[in-house]
Amino acid sequence: MSDLIKPRVPAPILDIANVSKVFDLNGRPIHALRDVNLQIQKGEFVCLIGASGCGKSTLLRIMGGFESVSTGSARLYHSAITEPGPERGMVFQDYGLFPWLTVRQNIGFGPRQRGLPQAQLKELTDHYLNMVGLTRFEAHYPSQLSGGMKQRVSIARVLANDCEVLLMDEPFGALDALTREALQKELLDIWKKTRLTVIFVTHAVEEAVLMADRVVVMTAGPGRVERDYTIPLERPRRITSPEFNQVRQELTDMLSSHVVHHARAH
Amino acid sequence: MSTSDLNPHAPVAASDTGAASLAAPVFPARGGTRRWLARWCMPAVLPLLLLLAWDRAVAWTGTMLVPSPREVALMLWDFAFGGVYDDAFSASLAVHWWKSITRVYGAFALAALVAIPLGLVIGKNAAFRRFVDPTLQLLRPVPVTAWLPLSMIFFGVGPNAAVFLVFLGAFFPIVINTTFGVRSVDGRLFEAAAMLGCKGTSMFRQVVLPAAMPSIVNGLRLGHGISWFLIVVGEMTGVQQGLGAAIMDARMLSRTDVVIAGMVVIGLSGFVTDRLIVALNNRLLKWSPQHHV
Repeated sequence: MSDLIKPRVPAPILDIANVSKVFDLNGRPIHALRDVNLQIQKGEFVCLIGASGCGKSTLLRIMGGFESVSTGSARLYHSAITEPGPERGMVFQDYGLFPWLTVRQNIGFGPRQRGLPQAQLKELTDHYLNMVGLTRFEAHYPSQLSGGMKQRVSIARVLANDCEVLLMDEPFGALDALTREALQKELLDIWKKTRLTVIFVTHAVEEAVLMADRVVVMTAGPGRVERDYTIPLERPRRITSPEFNQVRQELTDMLSSHVVHHARAH
Repeated sequence: MSTSDLNPHAPVAASDTGAASLAAPVFPARGGTRRWLARWCMPAVLPLLLLLAWDRAVAWTGTMLVPSPREVALMLWDFAFGGVYDDAFSASLAVHWWKSITRVYGAFALAALVAIPLGLVIGKNAAFRRFVDPTLQLLRPVPVTAWLPLSMIFFGVGPNAAVFLVFLGAFFPIVINTTFGVRSVDGRLFEAAAMLGCKGTSMFRQVVLPAAMPSIVNGLRLGHGISWFLIVVGEMTGVQQGLGAAIMDARMLSRTDVVIAGMVVIGLSGFVTDRLIVALNNRLLKWSPQHHV
């Protein structure tokens, strides 16, 4: 069999092939993405990084099924992504929690859509409340929570819905530094245990180096993948270590050279 | 999965909980009496002053046209239980009140029943909105009282014309506020619900309706205020029983004490129902601190 001879390359869970996205802005076409190719393997933690306007959020929203592609294809396990679905859980920067539901009800929203029986629903939400450390706040409404707690709820809510791919759009961008640090650590712990595939959009180099297996550097005008960079560091990573600093510097240089290049070109 | 190596109680978790505890207001025991006085007695001061001013004004001017508060109170008693004047108005309050109440709430409930679903669809469906909204906006500025003559042609002289007026008057604020509520739902919530597997009509029930609830309740409250206003107008022509009819009859007979007694009953009824709607509001919207009244 040919499998025995050829090196086995696992099929990617997410396959973005020649994707372009053109928005219409008052009749003027805006190229948000042009010919983007990206394969993501199951269990990978990938950061999309780049200056604003580079299309990283658009690419994530295409994976989420919130935007359609203009040309090319976006596939999850070989089936085209056409609409949002439970297997791709999106974590928004502005949380997107249902303000009229309690913390527990927000976490149970997805499973309830599937008609899970009450007893199982309770067990499931108990588990995820505990996982994100919000058991004491189960009866609170989102308006009564801090930003960090809201983001914990929105992570728990997609986990409770059995997502396979976690799509995160600058999830910690609106949080204070201490809360952000705690949530980064918690997310890594959750990722380690669940082996979820995570696509994480950020514009913070340090965050990308801390979290990612691979960092995909994107540039603007039109948005495209500039570099696909594998972080050569062991986990757990220490922000203060010289190796960490070196990688961060490399990535920063890469980003800023593109920004300068981009600025000159215009 | 175990959660032992998770650390939800990292230093930051503590700072997180600090913000949340702000949500529960804490009333200290000290100053409780003053707070109670401010809450329950303060609102009563102005009505009492007005009552006093009314009483003094009647006494000082010596007018025969306006009864004093005492006379009105006596009339109210007679209106409700009889035994003072024993005329046509004595002990008739219950009948008038009940007739008006059933008309007001019947018409109001009907308006809500039609206006809320209609508002939900107008708000959510752009094609339907283009079809219906201009007509609604065209009809809305017409004062509902101007419909009275037509209403009497449609429904005959009698209570049905009054009911129609109330229906129409309550309908517009409810439908317009519901539409507004639906249109201002954060698009993010639809994305979040879709991603979690919520589809089609259940999106209406689970996202659109609760998200628009603050506006819907607001529309109900406005519609309710207009309802009481219109029932009296509607009952003033060609209706035998009802608070509006009683007031109109009393005017013919120069019984100003009955007129004012009727006004008091309407004011109190409207006030009590408005409190009920506010209680409903606070219950339905307990998730939203800015919508607590």
